[in-house]
Amino acid sequence: MHKPRLQLQASFDIAWLQYLDQQGRATQALPEFASPDWLTHCYSQMQLARQVDDRAVKLQRTGRLGTYPSSLGQEAIGVAVGNALMPEDIYCPYYRETGAFLERGVLIEEILANWGGDERGQNYQHAPKDLPICIPIATQALHAAGVAFALKYRHQQQGIPQQVAVTTSGDGASSKGDFYEAMNLAGVWKLPLVFVVNNNQWAISVPRTAQTATQTIAQKAIAAGIPALQVDGNDVIAVAWAVRDAIARARAGEGPALIEALSYRLCDHTTADDAGRYRSEKELDEAWQREPVRRLDRYLRSEGLWSDARQQDLDRELAQVMETALNNWESRAPEPATAIFDHLYAQLPEGLYEQYDQLRDEQARGAQS
Amino acid sequence: MADEVNAITLVEAVTQALAYALENDPEVVLFGQDIGANGGVFRATDGLQKRFGPARVLDTPLAENMISGIAVGMATQGLRPIAEFQFMGFIYPGLDHILSHAARMRNRTRGRLSCPIVYRAPYGGGIHAPEHHSESTEAIFAHIPGLRVVVPSSPARAYGLLLAAIRDPDPVLFLEPKRIYRAAKQPVPDDGEALPLDRAFVLREGSDLTLIAWGASVKEALAAAELLSTEGVEAEVIDPATLKPLDIHSIIDSLEKTRRCVVVHEAARFGGLGAEITAQIQEYAFDLLEAPVQRVTGYDTVMPYYQLENVYLPGVERILSGARAALGYARGGQR
Repeated sequence: MHKPRLQLQASFDIAWLQYLDQQGRATQALPEFASPDWLTHCYSQMQLARQVDDRAVKLQRTGRLGTYPSSLGQEAIGVAVGNALMPEDIYCPYYRETGAFLERGVLIEEILANWGGDERGQNYQHAPKDLPICIPIATQALHAAGVAFALKYRHQQQGIPQQVAVTTSGDGASSKGDFYEAMNLAGVWKLPLVFVVNNNQWAISVPRTAQTATQTIAQKAIAAGIPALQVDGNDVIAVAWAVRDAIARARAGEGPALIEALSYRLCDHTTADDAGRYRSEKELDEAWQREPVRRLDRYLRSEGLWSDARQQDLDRELAQVMETALNNWESRAPEPATAIFDHLYAQLPEGLYEQYDQLRDEQARGAQS
Repeated sequence: MADEVNAITLVEAVTQALAYALENDPEVVLFGQDIGANGGVFRATDGLQKRFGPARVLDTPLAENMISGIAVGMATQGLRPIAEFQFMGFIYPGLDHILSHAARMRNRTRGRLSCPIVYRAPYGGGIHAPEHHSESTEAIFAHIPGLRVVVPSSPARAYGLLLAAIRDPDPVLFLEPKRIYRAAKQPVPDDGEALPLDRAFVLREGSDLTLIAWGASVKEALAAAELLSTEGVEAEVIDPATLKPLDIHSIIDSLEKTRRCVVVHEAARFGGLGAEITAQIQEYAFDLLEAPVQRVTGYDTVMPYYQLENVYLPGVERILSGARAALGYARGGQR
């Protein structure tokens, strides 16, 4: 059998970044931004995200919320991503990102409203240009590319400072054309766009190994001609460094990047899922050894930055935040039924007046009877 | 002044409207496949990249889903993206973003974000194109709440309706009937005047029959009306132009006079817009009717290769048959 002589045409490496190991020990000197205040802020926000998720799941179990996707175990990614963005940057999220939503200024009552079936929950008061939660998989990556184009266009045409877009997705999303198409375009058009893949190992019941034959998800960026990095997604410092670095380069006009953050979904896919059907207790137990909150807790305590007393203060503070948010959510007047027409078009087309009136009259009759 | 205005074709009117929008609104950007140096495969964007630069008139990589998706992101940040699909038959990879996102972003965010996008595509048969190039599936989009579907049938309406679509705060699917891209010329002043959306146009007045047609089929509907006139039957010809939301009132107004109606479209019949228009007439104007509404449409088949496309497309003869069927009923609905 003839074997031709082949020459190496291209090669690539995928680097891995970690600052804190799973015992919470620093594996290298920490970056400058990781000050005591920054670290304790991230820790508090990760704890808050965990509490919001925990309460939302309980609300679902008691019939007060619809299906809810917890981010248990992935808090470091969300908090690091949300924290790395400037307020004027644009976040294009998927749906499992409680920590990032909180960092972006999305209110807990807005999160609860959304999953409680009230569309006003996506009308973020404090993140007015961020995209809403995206339910179809990976479509937000293309929206983010369009957003990044708009930001670059404004920068070039109107001379305003370069803003960036960041989009997050799960590992399953990296199988979709949207994901490749967005990276491909971002590479060609050199868009100020950072892709973060929240690799929690499971796309509902399908494990990473059944999702793709690639060694890493990060290397998918190679095909789009953009730089990529794999980070320990349970290490908030590593995720933050990678996202900050990618954002800084995007802001400087150097184009997009992909960050694969390795983590683990410690919960069911959603409250409508039972992960016990497809994954082992042993795997879950091992994943709990690597989770991000305890890891940071250990590091902070080893540095003298955290104590039982401070934890008790934080617990009290977060409980208060949760209660206020729940009260705000519960005391909000329901939307009128006619709201289903109010934002369908900027102005209700004449052809829909009859249906609008029909609904309004049905509601009025219902109120009388 | 009017005689200084050059007569232009429908596709030239599209170019003229795009140029006007680019010139007068810095938020307008144009993108698609081959639209830059090549000016689009039908030359609808001819010269625009040269005039407005590659930052505003962009060739994209070849991915229709990407084209429809990035438009959503651009629009949420206040740009006015105009996305060209090379042919309507190539929109399907991009359906997800049009249906799942563009059409409902405003609703989903309760008005916080919106999608003022124009998705443009040449559509319809009759130009001897390869398979998948002759689609007429406007009903898919008209079915979706939150979208507008607009079809011009003359150079002047192409110019005015496209400007209206670009200025509309919501997503518009703008379907350009490519069979009549160059079929006729008409003086179209480049004055930036938009025509109203959601309004039908009465193209010919008549008292005996209402012919409803849009896009390229308007040509055959008008020709059929002229032939009927020689037989003493005056047909009113209505072009809805905006297929969704539909201006049913203009159609009912016409039926007050004519009491008979034929709906013409080259799309397949089943679930086509003829069915919707017929149903609305039945709901709102049953008492007016002297005859059942007739549908003259494409067959419920795949649009054939071009050797048979004229068999498929409803021509003047088929419209005349439909008209005669409607006219064959005596007053009171008896045949």
